[in-house]
Amino acid sequence: MPTEIVVEGVSLDFPLYHGNARSLKRTVFSGLSGRMSSDSKHRLVVRALRDVSFRLGRGDRLGLVGTNGAGKTTLLRMLAGIYEPVVGHMRVAGNVSALLDPRLGMNMDMTGRENIKLRGLFNAMSQPAIRRMEDDVAEFAELGHFLDLPVRIYSSGMVIRLGFALATSLRPQVLLMDEWFLAGDAVFMEKARGRLEDMVRGADILVLSSHAASVVRDWCTRVIWMDQGRIREDGPADEVMDRYQGHKMTAISGQDD
Amino acid sequence: MSASSDNAARPAAVLDFTPDVTWAARSRWAYRDVMEAARLWRLCWMLGWLDIKLKYRGSVLGPFWLTLSTAVMVAAMGGIYATLFRMNLHEYLPFLTLSLVLWGFVGAVVNEGCNSFVQQETMIRSERMPYTVYAVRIVLRNLLVLGHNLVVIVGVFAVLDTWPGWNALLSLPAMLLWLLDALALSFLLGALCARFRDIPPIVNSLLQMAFFVTPVIWKPELVGPDRAWLLPMNPLFSVLDVVRAPLLGQVPTLMVYVSAIGYSALLCALTWVFFVRARGRVSFWI
Repeated sequence: MPTEIVVEGVSLDFPLYHGNARSLKRTVFSGLSGRMSSDSKHRLVVRALRDVSFRLGRGDRLGLVGTNGAGKTTLLRMLAGIYEPVVGHMRVAGNVSALLDPRLGMNMDMTGRENIKLRGLFNAMSQPAIRRMEDDVAEFAELGHFLDLPVRIYSSGMVIRLGFALATSLRPQVLLMDEWFLAGDAVFMEKARGRLEDMVRGADILVLSSHAASVVRDWCTRVIWMDQGRIREDGPADEVMDRYQGHKMTAISGQDD
Repeated sequence: MSASSDNAARPAAVLDFTPDVTWAARSRWAYRDVMEAARLWRLCWMLGWLDIKLKYRGSVLGPFWLTLSTAVMVAAMGGIYATLFRMNLHEYLPFLTLSLVLWGFVGAVVNEGCNSFVQQETMIRSERMPYTVYAVRIVLRNLLVLGHNLVVIVGVFAVLDTWPGWNALLSLPAMLLWLLDALALSFLLGALCARFRDIPPIVNSLLQMAFFVTPVIWKPELVGPDRAWLLPMNPLFSVLDVVRAPLLGQVPTLMVYVSAIGYSALLCALTWVFFVRARGRVSFWI
């Protein structure tokens, strides 16, 4: 079975149940024209994705760009199967690894070792494989004795290193990555790059969401520019990035006038 | 280079969501959720165990605080209520101990079930995981608590020399029924409470009321023979009694068995219907 992602005409609405819907309605409606709406049952919803379609196959490296709130992370979560679409068709074939937030769902009260073990069990790994992963992660993240202490007391750098090492110790076919992943101090990035590239090369499909244009140009062959939950442009990385960056420049200079 | 090359992550899977979401399609997803969770039983077990371990991390007695606090409560309440109700301690204490320990399980599953999804928000939002895992986690966690409290029950039996005899074995199949009910409750309450945030306090106060309405600290015989038929009207009584009565050396009446199985079937059916409908929406609600 070939690894592939098919998304056809998918829309995703977020119902807003909590909080005072009425006052929320008033404040948000004026601010986000067009993104907020009511569904057929008169519930307040945020239109997170609108009629999104694309198709990825083996070897595709897709970059997602767009301003905050354009729907990039929602799209990644949907591809990971966390949000299930009810409008449109989505098919994701292959084992998926979603690196969406630096904590990777880690439990802060548990020790680093326990978190590694949970991750291994979640991926249905055997005991020896989990032990190997423990050694591998411990060595890369340079946690030393901290591995047996709760993650809560780690420095933020250590949490990132642990999360990164943990995430990159797997070899998924479909890799979904949010930009935090490429954030980190320069020394760490130097060390991390090889490991990350190793994993990315091993993956059949990469979907990367990022604000950093250089990263997208380096890593991706194709770029989708998201705007207000819609696909604004979809094409070869350099072409779309040129227009996207040009658009950003005019938007900024426009504000200055 | 790294030892990780063989970590081929999970077996490849296909996620295929089609626009026409029929009941049959949704049922298949729900079924798949349960099956995937069953395959992750080692993960469920570790999550449940870690919950207990974390709670008592750094304490000297560790999880045996559970045992100790139950023992203290039973001793105190046993003394007080035996005097108040003018009961023979020999007869009353085993009953009270069993009731309190078993009720502790029911109460904890109901209360913690309300948070089964809301509390795991970060985990749910960071990776796709079968929702059944979260419900199983709550059940296993409380089963472990129950295991620690078993020591108190055995202790009371030993001190008073009131062993229940072979009838006690009847509580084992009843326990299986409990686990099924507990699983259903954790999912049903967890999903309902994620959607409607007013439910946890309501559940909590109903549970407190149920504690007094159900024969937990008072013996069911107290209602009198002409009103005994009322007892199985309370689902909690029937469900409690199928496990408790055998452990006291009695055989539950047929009425109790029938109603306990009936209520459980109703709960499971209701949960399944809700599970099939709500499973895909939980991540939007939390």
